[in-house]
Amino acid sequence: MKPAPFDYARPRDLDAALTLLGNNASAKVMAGGQSLGPMLNLRLAQPEQIVDITAIDELKLAEISGDELVLGACITHADIEDGRVPDVTGGAMRGVAANIAYRAVRNRGTLGGSLSHADPAADWVSVLTALDARVALRSTSGVRQVALGDFIVGALQSCLKSGELVTAVHVPKRAATAQWGYIKTCRKTGEFAHGQCAVLIDPTTASARIVIGALDAAPVVVAEPAELFGGRIDANYKTTFDVRVADRLLGDAGIVDAAQRHIHVTVMQRALREAA
Amino acid sequence: MHGRVDQHQGGQGVGARLPRKEDDRLMRGRGQYVADIRLAGMQDVAFVRSPLAHARIRGIHVPEIYRDRVFTAADLVDVNPIRAVSGLPGFKISEQPVLATGKVRQVGELVAMCVAPTRAEAEDIAAAVVLDLEELPAVSDMLQARSPGAPLVHEHWGDNVFLETNFEVDISAALDAPIKVSREITTARQCMAPLEGRGAVASFDHRLDQLTLHTAAQMPHINRTGLAECLGMDQGRIRVISPDVGGGFGQKGILLPEEVCLSWLTMRLGHPVRWIEDRRENLTASANCREHHYKITLYADRNGKLRGIDCEATVDSGAYSSYPFSACLEAAQVASILPGPYVMPAYRCRTFSVATNKCPILPYRGVARTGVCFALELMLDLVAAEAGLEPGEVRLRNLVRPEQMPFDNITNKHFDSGDYPQALQRALKAIDVDALRARQARGEPDGRRIGLGVSIYCEQAAHGTSVYAGWGIPMVPGHEQATARLTPDGGLELRVGVHSHGQSMETTLAQVAHEMLGVDVANVRIILGDTAMTPYSTGTWGSRAAVMAGGAVATACGDLGERIRRIGAKLLQQDIADVEFVGGEVRGVSGSVTLREIAHTWYRRPQDLPPDVDPGGLEVTSGYKPQRDSGTFSYAAHAAVVAVDPDLGTVEILDYVIVEDGGVLINPMVVDGQIFGGLAQGIGTALYEEMPFDAAGQPLATTFADYLLPGPTEVPAPRLDHMETPSPYTRFGVKGIGEGGAIAPPAAIANAVNDALRPFRAELMRSPITPHRVVEAVIAAQDAGRAAA
Repeated sequence: MKPAPFDYARPRDLDAALTLLGNNASAKVMAGGQSLGPMLNLRLAQPEQIVDITAIDELKLAEISGDELVLGACITHADIEDGRVPDVTGGAMRGVAANIAYRAVRNRGTLGGSLSHADPAADWVSVLTALDARVALRSTSGVRQVALGDFIVGALQSCLKSGELVTAVHVPKRAATAQWGYIKTCRKTGEFAHGQCAVLIDPTTASARIVIGALDAAPVVVAEPAELFGGRIDANYKTTFDVRVADRLLGDAGIVDAAQRHIHVTVMQRALREAA
Repeated sequence: MHGRVDQHQGGQGVGARLPRKEDDRLMRGRGQYVADIRLAGMQDVAFVRSPLAHARIRGIHVPEIYRDRVFTAADLVDVNPIRAVSGLPGFKISEQPVLATGKVRQVGELVAMCVAPTRAEAEDIAAAVVLDLEELPAVSDMLQARSPGAPLVHEHWGDNVFLETNFEVDISAALDAPIKVSREITTARQCMAPLEGRGAVASFDHRLDQLTLHTAAQMPHINRTGLAECLGMDQGRIRVISPDVGGGFGQKGILLPEEVCLSWLTMRLGHPVRWIEDRRENLTASANCREHHYKITLYADRNGKLRGIDCEATVDSGAYSSYPFSACLEAAQVASILPGPYVMPAYRCRTFSVATNKCPILPYRGVARTGVCFALELMLDLVAAEAGLEPGEVRLRNLVRPEQMPFDNITNKHFDSGDYPQALQRALKAIDVDALRARQARGEPDGRRIGLGVSIYCEQAAHGTSVYAGWGIPMVPGHEQATARLTPDGGLELRVGVHSHGQSMETTLAQVAHEMLGVDVANVRIILGDTAMTPYSTGTWGSRAAVMAGGAVATACGDLGERIRRIGAKLLQQDIADVEFVGGEVRGVSGSVTLREIAHTWYRRPQDLPPDVDPGGLEVTSGYKPQRDSGTFSYAAHAAVVAVDPDLGTVEILDYVIVEDGGVLINPMVVDGQIFGGLAQGIGTALYEEMPFDAAGQPLATTFADYLLPGPTEVPAPRLDHMETPSPYTRFGVKGIGEGGAIAPPAAIANAVNDALRPFRAELMRSPITPHRVVEAVIAAQDAGRAAA
């Protein structure tokens, strides 16, 4: 279990990193290495070059800018868990970070790496989609911002283009009236979840973002959330939640196994019950 | 003298809770494992393994630049295949070429070996070798493998059955019983997952004309014998050294094809070579374990008294018969131990050891007992439900009673001693059945369901010649030997042929020596794991080391003590009858002489010895067998309380009680540790561990992300209670306990889950109990309820 040979570069500024990535379509970005490391060792990934971005200070910035929080791609889960970065989510992100994998993983693993890897069971993939975050993508040819729901296009698939790098995540400020709930179920502590749901629901505006993760595909953003509550999102949403509608929704998402659907629906119900 | 030294003298003898001697080294990271060994000129090996479960090899294409670095079966023409033949009638022989010839029969089978200065380079070479394989239909399900028309793993057999056995005592007498419950029960295929994987370093010593194989092995002497057979070498020309071993559990009780390959390679190349198994190889290509299927019926009277058991058991043995335990030990054990500690008048068990296109299986801690306990104890709960009894009560009505000891059960197992009902009663009391039933009636505020499960088992341990001669496998244990040698400064060296890979032998054997000779355990050195340094032994397996090596050390130390006493008497100028050896010195009426003085005199001042001194000196090799070699019977009652979330399928263990009787305990703290470790593995079997295969025979859990082991948050601290009923047949009354902790948990936990789910009429009859299976069972029960309504 040793990686195939690769070149290694650890540039100190973003432009150098983007140039390396632009010049070599087979280069792979490494930040915390929590997913790429094992994939290299298993020879599932055999890049010609590893571009280690952890020496780039710009990617470790964290600041509130206007109505949003901008977190550099190399912010670690532990940075968020320990409150070393500002927060605009009323503690939602901090609570999520504290339950990602194990502390050793949280010390190394990064926000940008987790999103770029696009594992459908990864916490940030669902959570930041529910929080309606956007990612900033850069390449030598420019910058663009993409909503996270559009960024993740499938299991382990994002819309990152060759030569492009996630540089930051933009998280909008959570409204004072919005309630947050997040539940995941794992076979054991620290493992990837097999059921996961993030809910940002606001009875005062009758709106909700409900994201079901841990599927074999990109997270499902419930398109018409009101249908889950008898057509109307109000203060009674915890009791008006209709499990049959949720079950049908998961069936439509391609989950044929009844037990799997039941677990996902249960997780959704509990995320709603927990929302506050 | 052979009497016991006062056990409180220094608190180091049999029964002392002594901290482990080996921990000073192991806990500081100073252990020396195979991967720590560095030899001059050593190169690394990586293997090209079959990516397919069943295929004909049409060609192996080696790039021209790597011609001298890649070796295939065509190079190993003088190497014999591994053959592990059972003497049981009807056994079909598998020949396992150390590098595949003709066809491959499992994913991960060795096809070529690649050697390079580093493992990474060796893997690069392996990746450049191209296999031209013609895929054949594979069989990965043991029941399918038994059915006509299944693809054949070994064509010339005509079917896929290594061995079929049948044992019957008057089953017809049970058939009219008023209670009859039948089920199919399965236990998943598992990996033993020792912390340290396999690994070997091979070198050749021209001075000694000897091949030296360092290998992480439980049974170095057996590996030597097997190696010699494969390589066609005299055994004296082979030395096997097993250094520190990071967990065995049975997976290191096998002759590996990799070991044979490396041994051949070092002799071919003239420099040391090593192979360190990686985790993916360990999970997907090394031996697996535990995969059983039972079609079982229990017969009982209305009062819960067992009338008989009828069972058809199938064991998935994988593609090849492993050396030395063979493909059939597991199933043979199923048939002989299925009745457990219960009394019954009728019994029938047919077994099938089936070949599939999967890794061979090996006996894992508990061997077949874990599966047997799972099947039988789940069924007993169903009998209890039919009889309207508490699960504990139905067991108490059927357990062998203390006044029946020693007891020969329906399969002629000889129970040496014990009070099984008491163990169970203590466990039931500790778990507080009444309080739990009241709590169940109240319900839980969080909607989870509480369940109580009990299980009890017996563990035949240290079974010897008479048992293994009957099975006719390549290894039959005889007398166990130990060498005890006094050093010139009065220290003690003990050489024993068993090994220690977590068993704490360096501590417990020193305690036995202290018990016999009064030598401070700090001055006792235990030498293990080296065929050149230790007496022949079948090694450490079958919970035998404390009984057998402990007995051998006691015997050798007793004999050495007698030598010491004789020399002491001479030095004291007293008659041998007038001196005693006690507290580390020989005492007579005229004075005393210490062990150190006696050693000094023998080695350094022989001029002070009288001319008629025994020339045997202060080094003794002695052998030991218990008075009966049919094995000791340790046992334990386990009781578990779980909370099951019927909607998420999650299971939390809320309380866990173990009442264990392992006979006289040499070191109760070591026994506690064995039980804790066994429990962790039992919880793994119950809830987490599974190596699934797809229809093409591909193993699906290739990393620890998919093969789940319980971690600290999944293993509760159990409440332990010890009973100590001595074995009447062994030195000190010791019984083997190494495996027990892993036997009962799957049954106790499954029974607790089923108890919790009883209001839903849901039932789980297979391990592991995953969230998905729990939810599936609840949904199935609801659907069945609706269909019935």
